[in-house]
Parts: sequence; C-alpha cells; structure tokens
Amino acid sequence: MLRDITIGQHFPGNSVLHRMDPRLKLLLTIAYIVLLFLAANPVGLTLCLALLALLYRLARIPLRLIGKSLRPILPIVAFTAFLNLFFITGPGQPLWQWWVFRIYPEGVSYAVLMAVRILALIAGTSLLTYTTSPIVLTDAIERLLKPLARLRLPVHELAMMMTIALRFIPTLIDETDKIMNAQKARGAQLDCGSLKQRITALVPILIPLFISAFRRAEELAMAMECRCYRGGDGRTRLKVLRFTGADWASLAVGVLCLAGIFVTRFFFKGI
Amino acid sequence: MQVQTTDNAMLRAENIRFRYSPESESYAVNGASLAVQKGEFVAVLGANGCGKSTLAKHFNAILLPESGTVTVEGMDTRDEERLYDIRQKVGMVFQNPDNQIVATVVEEDVAFALENLGVPPAEIRTRIDEAMQMAGIYKHRGKAPHKLSGGQKQRVAIAGVIALRPDCLVLDEATAMLDPRGREKVMSTIRRLNHEFGITVVAITHYMEEAAQADRVLVMSGGKIAMEGTPKEVFSQTERVRSLRLDVPQAAELRDELAKAGLPMPEGIITVEECAQALYRLLA
Repeated sequence: MLRDITIGQHFPGNSVLHRMDPRLKLLLTIAYIVLLFLAANPVGLTLCLALLALLYRLARIPLRLIGKSLRPILPIVAFTAFLNLFFITGPGQPLWQWWVFRIYPEGVSYAVLMAVRILALIAGTSLLTYTTSPIVLTDAIERLLKPLARLRLPVHELAMMMTIALRFIPTLIDETDKIMNAQKARGAQLDCGSLKQRITALVPILIPLFISAFRRAEELAMAMECRCYRGGDGRTRLKVLRFTGADWASLAVGVLCLAGIFVTRFFFKGI
Repeated sequence: MQVQTTDNAMLRAENIRFRYSPESESYAVNGASLAVQKGEFVAVLGANGCGKSTLAKHFNAILLPESGTVTVEGMDTRDEERLYDIRQKVGMVFQNPDNQIVATVVEEDVAFALENLGVPPAEIRTRIDEAMQMAGIYKHRGKAPHKLSGGQKQRVAIAGVIALRPDCLVLDEATAMLDPRGREKVMSTIRRLNHEFGITVVAITHYMEEAAQADRVLVMSGGKIAMEGTPKEVFSQTERVRSLRLDVPQAAELRDELAKAGLPMPEGIITVEECAQALYRLLA
C-alpha cells in the first residue's frame, strides 16, 4: 500500500530540458520565480504562461501531470483569490454590492493576477523537478553552494544528508509497511476509531521505526568509514557536471526570454 | 611505500583483547591470535556472542584492540597515518545490504569509496566498471538499489568494496540475510574473487556448508580461537564442534550416525558429494 508512493516527481525523458545542466536549470528557475514577482502585470504573466507552455511541450510532459501537481494547491489559490476579490477596494464605483460585500474592478484584476501567479509558480518549479532527478538536483545544489563552504557552511554535509535521505526513503517506507502488518497481526487497529485513537495507534509503529532507523544509521556510518569516508575534503565525483555548448545556448535563450518578460514591467501596471 | 614483511601474512592478530566498555568485566575478544596468509580463504565460525564479528572489525581498524596487536601486511592498525592504507587493503562487507549502500544509483554507490579517496573521475569510471563486472552486477548499474533483490544488493556492496582493489575481503555474515539462491550467487562471486583474482577472504559465517568450502576453518568460543584446521580436520571432530554450540555440515552428521550404527564409513566426509560417493562405494 505504502509502496505506491513515488519519491519526488521525476518524469524521465531525453528532451533538451532533461539534458540541460541542472545548475543552469536551477538558476533559471530561481530567476523565473523572481520574475513572477517583478513582472506581475497582465502582459508579463501571459508571456510567462506562454513560455511555460512552450517548455512543457519541449519536455514532453503529459498534461495530466501538470494537473496532478497543481491540484493540491487549488484550495489555497481559490482562498487567496476569494479574499482579494472582496478586500481590495478601488477609487471608483463597486461592480457589485450586497450587504457588507463589495467587489471593485481592481479586486477582480488583483484576484486573477494573484491566482495566475501562484499557479505559474508551482507549474514552473514542478517543471524543474519533472525534468531533473532528485540525485542530480542535490548534486547541482551542492555545486552551486560550494562557494559558501568557504564561510564554513557545511555544504557537503548537507548534500550528503539529502542523498542519504533520498536513498533511505524507500527502505523506511518498506519497513513501515512491515511494522504495520506486524502490529496488525498482533491485533492493532489502525484504520478505525476516533482521531485520538488512530493517533495513539501510530505510537507502536513509530517507536520500532525510529529504533530501527537509528540502528541503520549506525551501521551505515560504519560501512561508510570502511569505505574511507572522511567528509568532503579532497573528494572527487564520478560524474562531473560540464557546461556544454548547448547549455550556453540555453542560457542565452533563457536570459533573453526572461529579460523580455522583465521589460513589460515598465510598460504595464501590475500588482 | 610498502613495508617489508618477513612472512607472507595478510592479516596477523597477536593475543588481542577487546571489551566494549572499560567497566565491563567480560572481554568480547579475549586473547585471540591468528594469521591469515595471502590468497587464503578462511572461514570463522562460532556461536552467537563468541566475538567473531568483534574480531572481524579489528581487521580494518574499525575497532582497536585493548591489548595485543593487529597487523595488516605488516602495518599496525593503531598507526593512524596508515588508517586509509589499511582500509584500502582490507574491505569489509556487512550483514545487511540495505545499511551499507549510500547512493541512490548502483554505479554511484560503487564509486563512493573511490570518490572519498579523491581518485580522478576517468579512473573511477574504469575501476567501477571492472568492479561491477567482477561482482556480476554490471547490467544493473543504472538501477536504484531498492529495486534489486537482496543477493544483488549484497553484490553491489561487494563491488563497492572491490572497486578499492583490496587485497583482502572480510565478510561479516554477508550471506546471513539472503535467500538460498542469493546466498549461492554471492558465495560463487566470492569464490571467484578468491580463485581468479587472488583476493584473500575472511568469511565470518554460521553456515557450515559455506565454511566447508574454505581452505581453513577457525572456530571461536568465548573470545578465543578454540579450533583451527582444514574443514575436514575441524568437522570430523563432531563431538568437539557440538560442544562449542555449533552444528557440523549435514553430510558430516550423516557419516557420524552411520559410523555409529556400525557401517565402515571413511573419515573426513564433509560435503554432500563426498558422502554420496562413499555411500555409493559401500552399496556397490
């Protein structure tokens, strides 16, 4: 049952976006997020959506996947839009009025822009995780943060922790499944009763899970020591990230697109 | 620089004692001495809690003895400057494959030790390809470890160690958690590493059938080496082996019972084939 959970939302493929240097992808995604705030005008956001649609096509990501990543945040989007709709006031006459509720044209535009911005934000960051496997992404983060290691920030250790976490998630899910079955076999009732009963029923699952996780950690530490692990100093990597010609081209195109969208800020009024 | 040794010993332990805490009265290893020659396949047997795993962890300086010395090709394991040389010479494989795989892709895990040592990427590539082929998991190199069977995972762990090109492999009950087929695969991989590549093997095990394939068997009891010899020498002393809370291989047990029942069974039968041969000759 628990085994069906997929880790991350990587969608394997071999498109231009899949092959792009992960560091570049990460940086462009961050620039894109900043842009969503700097160019939050109707034209700017429309261009953002158009760019996004184009990239999703390039990456050959099926539409239903976008729906899947957007669905969990729909309530938040609806709630924000609802609040903006009623609480933004404008100088002119309200469009609609009932009791204490008034809707102004400004409220409508604000609500729409805000909703589009949140959706574009999620869809854009999802594109990054669809086209980049978690391991590669961790690697990219480690390399991008490398300069910070000079400030004594534990960059390598953080990346190592992320890798190990990714590695052990399936193992621990499997284990949880086993423990749940073992407790069920001893008469534990996990899926009935009041909320409080269900929560207390989780305790006999979590305790063995934690104990075993600590034991695993200890054994893993020993195995790593046996394989000469001594932190990040002087470490090399099997796969070296290289900035290729295609990456330079992507960088140029990306910067051009983002700059074009940024310029709309000076011509159109946004939120 | 290689330290010149007068003998051909890969590992040598002299009267080592070890306890897990200075307060505890009992020693996990209590005066064990042994020598493992280069290219040998040694099995270490013993009942639970006899100190065999503790002894194994002394061979690559994971644990240091309280008294006595352990040397690896002449290097003392207490010498901190040689620590990584020692760990490169002696690779360890543990019982649970899940708890010794670090990376999320097979080939990245095999590369882990070499990355730690700062080997250049191109050389890592050739060495891990070689190691994965030796361990027979080359075709799984792009997979996630959790998608593999127990036996395959354990062979990934072995590949991760032999990528270091060690001279000696210490297996701490490496087959204990595997199903019979996985165990057979792992054992044949290990035998091949021993025969074809001359890697010294020290296998801690409680499977008598595995021990019967070794060149030499050590039986531990109470933190000491209680018996030592070829599998034939050790397992033909059925009473002695049983008194150390161990079983003998089924073939040896059968021979013993038949001999007791008055059949003229020859001494030193420990494998199924030998037993079958002897019975065949008896019936013919």
